[in-house]
Amino acid sequence: MPTEQSIETQPTTLDSVVIRFCGDSGDGMQLTGGQFTDTSAIFGNDFATFPDFPAEIRAPKGTTFGVSGFQVHFSSEHIHTPGDRVNAMIAMNPAGFKMNIMDVEPGGIVIVNEDEFTKNNLTKCGYLDGYNPIDDDELTNKYHFVKVPMSRLTRESLADSGMGAKDINRCRNMFALGIVYWLYERPLETTKSYLNKKFAVKKGLPEVAKINIRALEAGYYFGETAEVFPARYRVPKAKHEKGTYRQISGNEATVLGFVTAGQKANKPVVYASYPITPASNVLHGLAHLKRFGIKTIQAEDEIAAICTAIGASFAGDIAITGTSGPGLALKGEAMGLALMLELPLVVVDVQRAGPATGLPTKTEQADLLQAMYGRHCESPLIIVAPRSPSDCFKMAIEAVRLAVEFMTPVIYLSDGYIGNGAEPWKIPNLESIPDIKITHPTKEDSGDEKFLPYARNPETLARPWAIPGTPGLEHRVGSLEKEAETGNVSYDPDNHDMMVRLRAKKVANAAASIPLLEVDGDSSGDVLVLGWGGTYGSITTAIEQVRANGHKVSSAHLQYLNPFPSNTEEVLRSFKKIVIPEINLGQLSVLIRSKFLIDTIGINIVKGKPFKVETLVERITEVVKS
Amino acid sequence: MSTIEPKKTELPIYTAKDFTTDQDVRWCPGCGDYAVLSAVRKALPDIQRNKEDFVFVSGIGCAARFPYYMETYGMHSIHGRALAVATGVKVANPQLEVCVVSGDGDLFSIGGNHTIHTMRRNVDISILLLNNKIYGLTKGQYSPTSEAGKISPTSPAGSIDFPINPIATSVAAGCTFVARCLDVDMKGMDAIIKRAMDHRGTSFVEVYQDCNIFNHKAWFYASQKDTMPENTIKVEHGKPLIYGKDRDKGIRFNNGRPEVVTIGTDGITESDLIVHDETDMFLASMYAQMAHPEFPEPMGILHADTSKPTYNDLLHKQVDDAKAMGGQPDLQALITGTESWEVV
Repeated sequence: MPTEQSIETQPTTLDSVVIRFCGDSGDGMQLTGGQFTDTSAIFGNDFATFPDFPAEIRAPKGTTFGVSGFQVHFSSEHIHTPGDRVNAMIAMNPAGFKMNIMDVEPGGIVIVNEDEFTKNNLTKCGYLDGYNPIDDDELTNKYHFVKVPMSRLTRESLADSGMGAKDINRCRNMFALGIVYWLYERPLETTKSYLNKKFAVKKGLPEVAKINIRALEAGYYFGETAEVFPARYRVPKAKHEKGTYRQISGNEATVLGFVTAGQKANKPVVYASYPITPASNVLHGLAHLKRFGIKTIQAEDEIAAICTAIGASFAGDIAITGTSGPGLALKGEAMGLALMLELPLVVVDVQRAGPATGLPTKTEQADLLQAMYGRHCESPLIIVAPRSPSDCFKMAIEAVRLAVEFMTPVIYLSDGYIGNGAEPWKIPNLESIPDIKITHPTKEDSGDEKFLPYARNPETLARPWAIPGTPGLEHRVGSLEKEAETGNVSYDPDNHDMMVRLRAKKVANAAASIPLLEVDGDSSGDVLVLGWGGTYGSITTAIEQVRANGHKVSSAHLQYLNPFPSNTEEVLRSFKKIVIPEINLGQLSVLIRSKFLIDTIGINIVKGKPFKVETLVERITEVVKS
Repeated sequence: MSTIEPKKTELPIYTAKDFTTDQDVRWCPGCGDYAVLSAVRKALPDIQRNKEDFVFVSGIGCAARFPYYMETYGMHSIHGRALAVATGVKVANPQLEVCVVSGDGDLFSIGGNHTIHTMRRNVDISILLLNNKIYGLTKGQYSPTSEAGKISPTSPAGSIDFPINPIATSVAAGCTFVARCLDVDMKGMDAIIKRAMDHRGTSFVEVYQDCNIFNHKAWFYASQKDTMPENTIKVEHGKPLIYGKDRDKGIRFNNGRPEVVTIGTDGITESDLIVHDETDMFLASMYAQMAHPEFPEPMGILHADTSKPTYNDLLHKQVDDAKAMGGQPDLQALITGTESWEVV
């Protein structure tokens, strides 16, 4: 590790920096970005990440559709988004450069691996013959270019390692990371220890760990000695509340939330799922946690996954199934079964851009109406939506709590952006999380009377959860309409009408069990910006900026979509205008208008990406001024 | 936490009546399903289990009403998904005796996928297929087991679908217990149901069941007093394949292929005949292809393999092993992770 004396000039201190690593999907950009994030997290910055990768695992090398990117925003301030404008970009190849340069702020640093800007590679990504963007005066005047022959330097620095060309070539990303670590004064220890663990300990390849570490150091020394940068930058630690922190992505937090819910309920958890982007890593994560009594099942399809979960719920486990939008569509009928059976079930939907296969690796919030209405007949169920990566932990526990308290399926609407994005998380003390109380009736509870599987808790309207294996409570549940109380098949018209209303009322009653909608800013006024789910970070940052520009605006964010918090109408009626930004064409607006007859102004952008803060600021300001 | 109570050493003495609900059975008079219901109710007292440990799961169809008539735990689910539900029940609580009763449409058309995957996983579930070769509940359309050319409301010019072979499919999917019986053969069915429930792993029983409304007599070539001896063959483990009214016919291998022979002609004796070995997968494949009119159709336990571990055992073993290896799970340590930092 170089010492402080090696720095000749004082670094420039910045509040926040947004870096984007980009290159071919085989260039290890996700790993590189993840390492920069880990290092910054442990250093003490606040941060938010945005991994952006193609659906193709290894698209033809060097093409624009195979570009993989990882953006990280790190700061000494409190931040909520991965940032709109890139301050520094690291492009490992021309395709990465081409697809990302437009997001770099004018004057921003652009570090390129110039060795890859060959005639062949330039042609592959569609640059005209004879044109090389890194020699284009217009571009080189607009940005601060740093051209580094990374491939050659990596090769040279590892020439005596005795390793093959392929292994050496794979270390280029670490060379690039070394440069960036130097530029932003980051320590190398976290990454060195990661490389040792990954290659030397886990894979038994100490020589691979060694060359990666050497490439990292070589990049760092290059930064120090090459004098190609205008300055070195320092982003001081953020002032976080006291406590223990870790980095967490939404899907990781979802996993931990479900494990915690199982422990708090003192129950095994069954997670049945079929692999689907971007929900698969919830299944991966849980599959590794069997020691906590987690049973994961990779089902043969989406329908099998939810039905297996329903069977597990019937037999008394905490049952969860996970998917993304297309899978939610396939699970529709079975969700209807679960709500007819009145069994607890959590259905995770990590939303992605669609319809059909759509943009599987990109984010969207367009499953809200599907979650709300995407089933046959009258089939309301509870819908919750985490608002940030770390909030997934809390909301996953909430989903389980509501499912068992009200004996109903609960849809948990996360999205690809918060699912894969990461932020620092102040680790909660588990003792502060209340237990989830579950009781299964026994024969003693009903005494000599016949057990009534559809009797109701007068408060919640939940039915008893009697599980197979309990002597004396043998009963049948089924998808046919049931008679109140007995649960026997019933075709009686009045009974059906009553049961339809009862199931709806039960879900509506859950409003009494969820927190009120909080308003940020004045509790009444001209404009309320209402968001839901994963857009919290962008909206919050935009609101801060609109206020900093001298405008008055309040905001509120829904984490419970069905039922809405009981004060929702009251909150909305306290403002003249309701602005709803959503990454869809206005689905929450549809719900608000139909439920409350309150008009809304939508900000709807559906590009498969999180909102840009500057767009929200502009659009919210327009409404505030009008 | 509610745990499964340790079982009493002495089981109550049950009769078929203990497994009968107060619900009116709503099948058509004369339906073959009655025979199966009766056989199952009669078989359960002999299976050494407490009543509360039985779970019957079904999909949709006439046969799928079955759980409503069994005084056990039960779930009538949605079309085709009974096996997925049953897998979940077994995964949650492997102590339960889980049985799926459904029809040919449910198990081999809309739910065909789950049938294959349940079998290949060897989930410890017993499956009773009530095969009537027709869609009864939707009023008589052809089913995936209907013969090609079947005239039905959806195939007025004859069905152009070739039928699926449930036994062949089960064998191909690696099902570890494959059996077949006739709805009219109460004795045969009783023995098979008991063996099926005792079997550790997926057991599959195809019942030739008569739908006397929409497909009456579909199985008469095999189920009648005069046709049964000539057109079916009861296979018994360790015994030669002999059938016929006069027990004079048998099956032998001829150049690797089964061949119908008559004992006593051309010098053929019992010792020339194939001896049934229920553990032999090759024989099971052969039985799957033996069809009327070329061959008598095999009845009985065609295949039983106890060597393969069950899905639920493997799954719970992984959980138990992880618990044993990981020691007392520390949730706080898990959520803290390995790369945390302190802000002071």
